[in-house]
Amino acid sequence: MSDPVIPAVSIRNLKIALPPGAERAYAVDGISLDLVPGEIVCVVGESGSGKSMCAHALMGLLPDTVRTEAGSIVVEGRDLLKLDEDGWRGMRGRHIAMVFQEPMTALNPLMRIGEQITEMFEAHGLLSPSERCGKALGLIREVGLPDPERIIRAYPHQLSGGQRQRAMIAMALALEPTVLVADEPTTALDVTTQAQILKLVRDLQRRRNMAVMFITHDFGVVADIADRVVVLRHGLVVERGTVIEVLKNPQHEYTKALLAAVPSIQPPARAPLDGRAKAVEVIGLDKTYVTAGGWFRPDRKVKAADAVSFDIFQGETLGLVGESGSGKSSVARLVVRLIEADRGTVRVGDVNLTSLTGQKLREQRHRIQMIFQDPYASFNPRRKVGQIISDGPIARGLDPKLALQRARDLLALVGLHPGAIDRYPHEFSGGQRQRIGMARALALDPDVIVADEAVSALDVSVQAQVLALLEDLKTRLGLSMLFITHDLRVAAQICDRIAVMQRGVIVELKPTAELFANPEHAYTRELLSAVPGQSAPQAA
Amino acid sequence: MRNLFKRLLKNPGGLIGVVILIIAVIIAVAGPWLFPNSPWRMVQRPFVPPFTLAAVPLGTDALGRDVFAGLIYGARVSLLVGLVSTLVALIVGVPLGAMAGYFGGRIDDALMRFTEFFQTIPSFALAIVLVAILQPSIYSIVGAIAIVSWPPVARLVRGEVLSLRTREYVQAAIVTGQSHSWIIWREILPNALSPVIVLASLMVATAILLESSLSFLGLGDPNLISWGYMVGAGRTVIRQAWWITVFPGLAILVAVLGLNLIGEGLNDVLNPRLRKDSR
Repeated sequence: MSDPVIPAVSIRNLKIALPPGAERAYAVDGISLDLVPGEIVCVVGESGSGKSMCAHALMGLLPDTVRTEAGSIVVEGRDLLKLDEDGWRGMRGRHIAMVFQEPMTALNPLMRIGEQITEMFEAHGLLSPSERCGKALGLIREVGLPDPERIIRAYPHQLSGGQRQRAMIAMALALEPTVLVADEPTTALDVTTQAQILKLVRDLQRRRNMAVMFITHDFGVVADIADRVVVLRHGLVVERGTVIEVLKNPQHEYTKALLAAVPSIQPPARAPLDGRAKAVEVIGLDKTYVTAGGWFRPDRKVKAADAVSFDIFQGETLGLVGESGSGKSSVARLVVRLIEADRGTVRVGDVNLTSLTGQKLREQRHRIQMIFQDPYASFNPRRKVGQIISDGPIARGLDPKLALQRARDLLALVGLHPGAIDRYPHEFSGGQRQRIGMARALALDPDVIVADEAVSALDVSVQAQVLALLEDLKTRLGLSMLFITHDLRVAAQICDRIAVMQRGVIVELKPTAELFANPEHAYTRELLSAVPGQSAPQAA
Repeated sequence: MRNLFKRLLKNPGGLIGVVILIIAVIIAVAGPWLFPNSPWRMVQRPFVPPFTLAAVPLGTDALGRDVFAGLIYGARVSLLVGLVSTLVALIVGVPLGAMAGYFGGRIDDALMRFTEFFQTIPSFALAIVLVAILQPSIYSIVGAIAIVSWPPVARLVRGEVLSLRTREYVQAAIVTGQSHSWIIWREILPNALSPVIVLASLMVATAILLESSLSFLGLGDPNLISWGYMVGAGRTVIRQAWWITVFPGLAILVAVLGLNLIGEGLNDVLNPRLRKDSR
């Protein structure tokens, strides 16, 4: 702990009070932390652990509702918490810079990338306009953006997600700050892009000898990038140490539990499912989204599904993996007929779902049910849990009293208290809501469940529980499942077979173990190698 | 809903608005018992200035009628027209907007072109024409005001429904096999209600103003006294007898102000995020 190097930032006993009535008194409860030049400190924790508050306190960007009650943040001999707004302005950008989670919303959509970078110099009254432009070009080159002369004139929407994040990093680096704060900078990105951005942050940090505070919830990312790790829980530091110490030999129970909850990339052995009947047959689904162009522009066409065909056998879980924009969610919605296919057939058991319309379709919908991604958006906030679960059966003609009784039973089945039927969705946590979502899907006795990124929005410990429950229910009720995910670790654990999608096409479909052991398609190999934390924790 | 009302009373503007509205409603309801005499009756000599005779505290008009009694009876007409025409506008606008937003495509196009047809005509001119054609009466006035005020409701509801129908809970309802009408009424509209409530409270105020303007032009119901009619009747003698126009004018001002305060208060209460930003 006795570092000979003077820390670039030293946070001492920082206490940030939440407004009265919040779930706990302090968002950050007495955290001390040093950021040393040339080191990446990963602050890890689940949602609500106070890790983002830490980052925002360092930038003076705390929301008005919270108060820093005690402690100090010392940068170059000055306590940031005692600065006025002018003092902060001199500090931000020059000494401390920040990279945000969502590059699309962090960049001004109406300003060219070059202007946004030169604005950094302008705000601090540095350099002449032409010098600024030259600097911006240099920065764009340094963060590895292709064709800097074009990028400097481009608007954010003309760049891909990874390119936008590179542009954000270029902005952050413009004034050569000594400290870089990165708040979940790769969470919104695809795995392959994430791997590139992580490497970029690592390279830049080495080249410029910066101190980096890297906020993340993903232990895979920690293993790939961190020098030191600080584990937060409920605003308290539960464990700290070098990355090898923490990942190889965790001391605190909570860290151990978190690490154990990270799904392994090694698929477990699965019993073969030979000779079973087909539960779902998908034949040649095509779907093209057309955005109308103007008078002089052609229509923009995106192929979300291009001759997609697969079968799901009874009792089988078929994984559908791919990056954002690969069309996997569109396929899920095509299969449950939330959107109409241009061509192709979906057969559930002996029913051809694509040929039905209106009342006939509604009568058959119960055969295939869906679990949605967002545990917060997938429930009507004005209806009670009991109503949410029993609505479907009542619409099929079940007596409302029986339907409510069944809702109680289902809640017990998914591990919630049956009394929950009288409460509203907002009273439950994310993991509990996903359980309610399962109960809603199961209420109609479906043959097939489509789970669209059903665990992606959950913390890793909750994710493990929900996955285990899903697996258990599937086996007990003999369901088949189409499991859509971008997370190959999750797919490895739960799927019998995996289909890899790229730009609307299934490029590879194989039993899980075989796919991981022996990927054939170049894209599959790329995806597999981009999964963070594979060589962990020796990588650090 | 009760909770909403409580929170509205905590909002200072909302509290003032509610107090004004309650007083106006009490006056409108209890007025005939307090003043059994018809406001049309001539009770004194003409042009009695206000605050001179206890029997006619706000003076008399050019025909010797009691201005105060006119105000009391006028409250009934103004509130009635405001509330009923808003209700009718909601009954027309909400389903149209909901259908346009939910079904989209050709239905949306057809309904929105139909809405625009009404929006392209200046609303006050259309109201005048409608009342003039149908003969001035309380029914034609309510009808005319409703006809000119439903298009914004339809537009608002359509926009809300458009954004709500792609929510995952609506998709979940579709997947569980619910019918269209069930989804619109149970899943979408209850969640689109907040801005509609705010708009409705402001529409009542606008309707009162419209009615006053129509009456001012002599297009009011000839059998019912209203604030607008009183202002219109007194305007020719405004230099000799200011009180004949000023008091009903103030009544209109206070009523509309009260309703606007309620609207603003509801907006604050229903959109807490907006309120936080403005602080």
